[in-house]
Amino acid sequence: MINSSLKQLGQQLASKQVSSVELTQAYLQRMAQLNPTINAYVTIDEDKTLAQAKAADARIAAGNAVPLTGIPLAQKDIFCAKGWRTTCSSKMLETFISPYDAHVISQFDAAGAVNLGKTNMDEFAMGSSNETSYFGGVKNPWDFDRVPGGSSGGSAAAVAARLCAAATGTDTGGSIRQPASLCGFTGLKPTYGLVSRYGMIAFASSLDQAGPMAKSAEDCALMLNVMAGFDERDSTSVNRQKEDYTRGLASMTGDQPLKGLRIGLPKEYFAEGLNADVAKVIETAIAEYKKLGAEIVDISLPNNNLSIPVYYVLAPAEASSNLSRFDGVRYGHRAAEYNDLLDMYMKSRAEGFGAEVKRRILIGTYVLSAGYYDAYYLKAQQIRRLIAQDFVEAFKHCDVIMGPAAPSTAFKAGEKTSDPVAMYLEDLYTIAVNLAGLPGMSVPAGFAQSPDGKALPVGLQIIGNYFDEARMLEIGHAYQQVTDWHQRVPAGLE
Amino acid sequence: MALNLDDIKRIAHLARIEVSDTEAQETLNKLSGILGLIEQMQAVDTTGIVPMSHSQDVTQRLREDVVTATNQRELFQSIAPATQDGLYLVPKVIE
Repeated sequence: MINSSLKQLGQQLASKQVSSVELTQAYLQRMAQLNPTINAYVTIDEDKTLAQAKAADARIAAGNAVPLTGIPLAQKDIFCAKGWRTTCSSKMLETFISPYDAHVISQFDAAGAVNLGKTNMDEFAMGSSNETSYFGGVKNPWDFDRVPGGSSGGSAAAVAARLCAAATGTDTGGSIRQPASLCGFTGLKPTYGLVSRYGMIAFASSLDQAGPMAKSAEDCALMLNVMAGFDERDSTSVNRQKEDYTRGLASMTGDQPLKGLRIGLPKEYFAEGLNADVAKVIETAIAEYKKLGAEIVDISLPNNNLSIPVYYVLAPAEASSNLSRFDGVRYGHRAAEYNDLLDMYMKSRAEGFGAEVKRRILIGTYVLSAGYYDAYYLKAQQIRRLIAQDFVEAFKHCDVIMGPAAPSTAFKAGEKTSDPVAMYLEDLYTIAVNLAGLPGMSVPAGFAQSPDGKALPVGLQIIGNYFDEARMLEIGHAYQQVTDWHQRVPAGLE
Repeated sequence: MALNLDDIKRIAHLARIEVSDTEAQETLNKLSGILGLIEQMQAVDTTGIVPMSHSQDVTQRLREDVVTATNQRELFQSIAPATQDGLYLVPKVIE
């Protein structure tokens, strides 16, 4: 059951082979057994979860089920959920009980999905290893000595260890795709504006985007059907026709379902910085796509190397502004002792934020401060346009772009924590996609051997043009019809 | 541009984050590394390039000026650190 697809689970629920309560209890038992080790969830509330499962069973019995009714899902703890503790893995919000639902949460509630709990993450989504979480790191299910990636590390481990049927994540610079690569599952960051940011705790608002993390492209399509859609409460939500992201999946059969597809390979994604074993896996996956009928086009994204510096100006700048709301007055942590109002702000924020969050607030404050705005912030926004234009040019010659999602496989816990810049380079192949606002996904493409003999997952990144998610999911699905990498489960967790 | 300890103290004050002397030194080291990374931008000629603040070329939507949410003061204040008579309590700011 834990390895079933969302579609299979839906069929089992519809035919009464299993009830939502039974399915939910199976996951809760698995969580009770494995979560103390893996630390994927930071908040579990069995009563709330089982109440949702019971309601789902009543809905199924009444014949009102829709896709995902009764399916147990994990929610990244960045999404406010009414009555649930919502922490963003920060001490600042350690006791924060959300008084309202994020749009994503209310969409899943409306579909009758079951919330299994809130998943661990890098504090305020700032990190690529889940090690900045106030609640401790998360174990990579493929090797407990290694990180799951981040920032959506808890959701990633929950999907990989089968502690949920599927999960949500958010991706500001790679936080869905990089953990999907490191933990061996399918994750999609949609086009900026496709999924409402309402109730999603803000990090860098011009880049933040929520998306599905699941076992397969098909599962991601079902999740995205629920998540996507216009919401007037998010000023950057794009008002466009609802799509069925599963509509083209069934046509991905036969000899050459992708005949005529032009895949662009950016030379910058295969240059220095890419681990040789990862490169081999990606090349094999590309060869598989050729067999499916695709043509390969060599392209260039000449400004890709600038995406990391640009990101580390823009994202901290936006974060320093967004996180100014945490002042110890209306909600969140307040220091126990202080002399006056200023001292209360300074001590509450010094105590409530972790080291990486403080660093980013300080960088953001610096680049926005008087005298430095033009040299840093404006300059970064100008180069952001150059980076976005690289993609516009590239998509004149190809339909999708492929490459690695991360430069290496999962690294060991503690390996990069002392050097922020080394950690930032984890997002070398993902950040430009956020800056341009494009959709990107990672699909399991095989394994690379670590020096200590562990087989670690590698993800193939697929980058599409704006709002091309349906096509990208078809391309991922076609590959998953002829490979079984996405069905592999870590040893001992089958 | 190289930062010094006074810069760190000034930035931390602007950001309203208390930083001890030992933290300031550690922060200086880490921030200098990050700024070194950022400096790569300065080699790029960006003359005449329009800054990009947003990936979609859209304008801010407007809506009718009507009430869309009801008052939930008690619910919202139930999670506040300190309140009294429907007000948020902070240290005295006016003598």
